[in-house]
Amino acid sequence: MSTRYFGKPIRRNEDERLLKGQALFIDDVHHPGMLHVAFLRSPYAHALIRNIDISSALERTGVVAVYTAKELGDLCTPGPLIVPPPPIEGIIFHTRTQTPLAVDKVRYVGEAVAFVVAETRYIAEDALEDIYVDYEPLEATVDIETAQSQKAPLVHEDLPSNLAAHVIQQKGNYKSVRDQAALVLKRRFYYDRGTAAAMENRGVVAQWDGKAHRLTVWDTTQAPIPVRNALASLLGLSESQVRVIAPFIGGGFGPKIMFYPDELLIPWISMRHNRPVKWIEDRQENFVATTHERGQVHDAEIALDENGCILGVHDIFLHDTGAYDPYGLTIPINSQCTLLGPYKVPNYYSEFQVVFTNKPIVTPYRGAGRQHGTFVMERLLDVAATELNLDAVEIRRRNFIPPDDFPHDHKIMYQDFSSLTYDSGNYIPTIEKAAEIIGYNSFIEEEQPELRKKGRFCGIGIVSYVEGTGIGPYEGARITIEPGGTVSLATGIGTQGQGHFTSFAQIVAEHLGVDVASVRVVTGDTDAFHWGTGTFASRGAVVAGNACNEAAQKVREKVLKMAGEELEAAEKDLVLEDGFVHVVGVPQRRIALGELARRANPLRGSVKPGTEPGLESTVYFGPERGATANGVHAMIVEVDPQTLMVEIKRYVVVHDCGTVINPMILEGQMHGGVAQGIGNAFYEQLMFDDQGQLLNASFMDYLLPTASDIPPIETAHLETPSPLNPLGVKGAGEAGAIPVGALFAQAIENALPDFDIEINEMPLSPNRLFELIVEKRV
Amino acid sequence: MKPASFKYYAPETLDEVLELLVAHGMDANLLAGGQSLVPMMNFRLAQPVVLIDINKIKSLDFVSEHETGHLRCGAVTRQSTIEKHADVQKLAPLLQETMPFIAHSPIRNRGTIGGSIAHADPAAELPALMLVLEARFKLISASRERWVDASDFFIDLFMTDREPEELLAEISIPPMKKHAGWAFDEISRRSGDFALVGAGANVHLDPDGTCSEAKIGLMSVGATPMLADHAMQLLIGQKPSETLIKEAAETAAHQDIDPGSDLHASAAYRKQLTRVLTERVLQKAFNRARKRN
Repeated sequence: MSTRYFGKPIRRNEDERLLKGQALFIDDVHHPGMLHVAFLRSPYAHALIRNIDISSALERTGVVAVYTAKELGDLCTPGPLIVPPPPIEGIIFHTRTQTPLAVDKVRYVGEAVAFVVAETRYIAEDALEDIYVDYEPLEATVDIETAQSQKAPLVHEDLPSNLAAHVIQQKGNYKSVRDQAALVLKRRFYYDRGTAAAMENRGVVAQWDGKAHRLTVWDTTQAPIPVRNALASLLGLSESQVRVIAPFIGGGFGPKIMFYPDELLIPWISMRHNRPVKWIEDRQENFVATTHERGQVHDAEIALDENGCILGVHDIFLHDTGAYDPYGLTIPINSQCTLLGPYKVPNYYSEFQVVFTNKPIVTPYRGAGRQHGTFVMERLLDVAATELNLDAVEIRRRNFIPPDDFPHDHKIMYQDFSSLTYDSGNYIPTIEKAAEIIGYNSFIEEEQPELRKKGRFCGIGIVSYVEGTGIGPYEGARITIEPGGTVSLATGIGTQGQGHFTSFAQIVAEHLGVDVASVRVVTGDTDAFHWGTGTFASRGAVVAGNACNEAAQKVREKVLKMAGEELEAAEKDLVLEDGFVHVVGVPQRRIALGELARRANPLRGSVKPGTEPGLESTVYFGPERGATANGVHAMIVEVDPQTLMVEIKRYVVVHDCGTVINPMILEGQMHGGVAQGIGNAFYEQLMFDDQGQLLNASFMDYLLPTASDIPPIETAHLETPSPLNPLGVKGAGEAGAIPVGALFAQAIENALPDFDIEINEMPLSPNRLFELIVEKRV
Repeated sequence: MKPASFKYYAPETLDEVLELLVAHGMDANLLAGGQSLVPMMNFRLAQPVVLIDINKIKSLDFVSEHETGHLRCGAVTRQSTIEKHADVQKLAPLLQETMPFIAHSPIRNRGTIGGSIAHADPAAELPALMLVLEARFKLISASRERWVDASDFFIDLFMTDREPEELLAEISIPPMKKHAGWAFDEISRRSGDFALVGAGANVHLDPDGTCSEAKIGLMSVGATPMLADHAMQLLIGQKPSETLIKEAAETAAHQDIDPGSDLHASAAYRKQLTRVLTERVLQKAFNRARKRN
């Protein structure tokens, strides 16, 4: 099908506003008489609260109120379990969610204990220093490997241990194939914590209108509609009394899906004081108050035949959920499922335990557990390849699910509660393309030996992964052609930089024959659209995109029907182009879409029974299950063998997310994901001491890679459409970040064969590489 | 991350600055470029009662060649000015070559030479470089004026010889000698970060190739910027061979420093980096000196 807009690298509609500084971000929201809030957060990872004295804070000029759990009364109950665990047989799951302010005990550094409401943020922060909290510090549980020992302090004293969940999933019979295997390899893998560090921190502004009895909340949430529903329920309002607006947001990446205590408290204060209230999280808070990701330890074993084909995998792992588990088991289930990657694994045993620790809460962040699974599987294959004297491309090629084996049911349960089934895929061309672009064979055979002769230590890596995307339940879209000719599109998901204002507009413009720039997209405003779940799990383009597609088709049908009558022509003879409908071959016999919209909404006269006014349609789309994207990343690095500094010489991404809506936006997703992946692999690590203190809660010590640390990224796309949605699209939001750790490990090992190190942990650093080399020598 | 309240003065003359220092001394912080102080105030790690902004004092903003041939810089001269100034290139090329290692250009546009020296961060480039360049600092107060050698100035972590009522006003650097060679290098996690370790060298070769002077400055390996004294002694009076340079680098790493461990580098890794960087800067510096001979 030839298209005008769909599939084209069209420049983004939203960029003019963003680049000119005219886009509304949360801190741009100002109201006369607005109050400001600052939170007092626990300096201890684990302590009893004996007493809180707020009296001198209340005396400070400009302080309006100070609240502790006591003053909150009934509001101070545990928050919602946002994602319940999947119904897996034999599952253990203990729900523990936090109260808006800590009651009697704090369980992580950064847990909110009290807050000040004041005329300015400065005064509010000054008053925090006036609050005296009498803590009785307790020993903290920090290390996940010892969290379940007898001696480990209990994070939740009403539970018998720090076990939060226990899940076993298996298929086939690993034990029986293990005995027949030509090769069995076992390793322990560590993957440590990081934080999403969105450029914009979180924030909430709330305005209670006492005359209209309506609450308006501006919130940096990825899920404005669920937030509205929760607020209505918790504040005793009807849903139609609450409007949540998620304006432009400087990055979501997962942690902004939660329902945080502040998201309840700020609106509550606004109602209570009948004044607008603002809270903007600062970077220091963001490091502890916004959720983290990534602490896991895996004991994994792979069994292969003599040709390097996988017979089975056995993996037992621990997952650190921090002090609470409001997001259920999404991350460890993703790790468990994504470990299987693009490979045939006939026998699989996977068991995990989730543990509570006295550390900030862990919830999904771009990749959402997929990194861990991918790291384990890719590393196991690398070790196996070395043992069997195969190269990294060949061992993967031998294990890929063949193209005629789709849909491929892995027969374990995925995060969307359905069986983990890949809808479509064609994996061999992906790795071949990546190997070709980076020159895998010529690098190994020619360039690498030449460089080595010159004393340069260069290495290559190539890894493969899948990304489960586009899960349900549903999203919707309402499309309206306005009398002025503008096409307006409203959808319930929020936007945090994904390019929705353009990619959705492209889908609509294609059907309606209008310029992409003339489609006005509204996302994340519950007054504009109030059914849906949100932007997460790489689902916006798949779920909301297909709703846009079908709604546009419905509107097109209305346009054709009406234009046929107006122009006295058969519908099949009509063309939608440049905002007009004209008769094919007779461009002067035409009518503007805006004029049709005006006539579809008459002021007088009578309409036929059953007629709907206007040219408008609302459609919901819910996929049967998620669509599985895949890709291969390849990289050449140079390692300085003396300083262990690593320089990326080339980085290649070959990616297949089905049909592509806008290749330029897709490339941006890849670049951003790779940048975060590089950060997670080589720069970023949240470091805690043995009492649960976060030691690097600033950008001075938490090393986000900057533009100068990210290499140029070469991308190529293959398109294997998804059969699960009419557009054939799959999600792409997380792909860039998923396999980077595994890639670093393989490439660095390849660069340093003389040192004989094996990298089974993430993240790395030059210092850590130095230690690994020294340990190996000893 | 809002600073605690403070009293702010922005005097127009040097005399007013010195009077304010007498009046507020211990309670006051001087604000120059603010690139270290302002973040510390926002974290409330620094809570000065009084902030004396010296950015309006034009007499502290200059670069010139003194009649003695020394390079003179006013304390509030922006680092970006130092980076581009012809006199710096001519008289202290090592200083000029080191400037791009300092953070990022927007930070150098605000950061001042005097601010960085007075802050005395052992991980910063300028304090260590002042040792290598044998710089002298002019400290003035309402009652006196004195010159201090860089080697006497840095006392401990973020501590200098400056008295509370004194202002670091001027930096004087002797001109690079004819047969000198120099080099600077550092290892940082990201471009623009404080270095895990940095090393600067300034050497002089006699016409017969004997090393007559050698300064090696090291950063991020102790509480203060420091000179690698033992390593320097090894070189002086010798004709620097590759073996001697390696020996000097070993000495710097294992006799001259006793670095600590932190989140980003263990003591062992810092020693390794010190050895590698010392060797690299010495090689480059001696090669340069040979070429100029």
